[in-house]
Amino acid sequence: MSDPAEDLKAVLARIPYARFLGVEAELHGDEMTAILPFSQHLIGNPSPAAIHGGVLGALMEITALAQLSITHGHARMPRVVDVTVQYLRSGKPLTTYARARIIRAGRRIANVHVECWQAERANPIASLHGHFLLSPKEEG
Amino acid sequence: MTKPLETMKAMGQALIEASPQAHALGCELVSVDHAEAVLRLPYRKDLIGDPDTGVIAGGAVTTLLDHTLGQAVWASLPEYTPIATLDLRIDYMRPAEPGMAITAHAHCYKLTRTVAFVRATAHDGDPADPVATAQAAFMLTSSAPAARGAA
Repeated sequence: MSDPAEDLKAVLARIPYARFLGVEAELHGDEMTAILPFSQHLIGNPSPAAIHGGVLGALMEITALAQLSITHGHARMPRVVDVTVQYLRSGKPLTTYARARIIRAGRRIANVHVECWQAERANPIASLHGHFLLSPKEEG
Repeated sequence: MTKPLETMKAMGQALIEASPQAHALGCELVSVDHAEAVLRLPYRKDLIGDPDTGVIAGGAVTTLLDHTLGQAVWASLPEYTPIATLDLRIDYMRPAEPGMAITAHAHCYKLTRTVAFVRATAHDGDPADPVATAQAAFMLTSSAPAARGAA
């Protein structure tokens, strides 16, 4: 029996873009928290310094994909079909956290909601709602 | 007073590189015109999202699109105004071809006093066969007491 936390680390380590951003993750039971430590290269607009909106969207996409892999254990990574990102607060130069909730997973499509926050869990800075294709290989 | 579009044309690539993330991704300015912006993201191995196929990460395309959308808003503004993304919707039509650069073309089609409406498409060679399309709303924050939303 493999260790899910080690599996998750291995999955993230294999994704070059996750390394480019610097995404880390923790697993508590079957719930993952993605962690993005602040780094200068994540800034979108230098003054006032704010994390790029695209980076927050990307972090939440990775969170959804990784949570789907943990929950459904597909051999191949799911594929993003569509995402809607809501920006609620400016991303400050701080560590950002993200957690995904699988609203519904059918045979082929999963509906996932993700929130990301910084200092206070109760004050999310952005959220994402998206559809993901499970087992993309079969879809061709 | 210099219009943002004139500044963008004068600064060119330097404006893109003023954004640390756009610079780190390797975004290149192709062209700007009134209410329009075209940016390109060359393929790089460290931006791969699926190591089994070599397809570039959706997140990299997300940032390219977000940045291009913002540039199109800038290019439509009569004067300097801080902007913040309110929401961003992206449809991923198909995986981008590994090795190919991705070009994003954004158009700000409606500007009100407080909100800019923008859409964009991204392709990897053939504009008629896009890899993704996007729709966004940006808030113009000049009158807002505090900045809201992401850069």
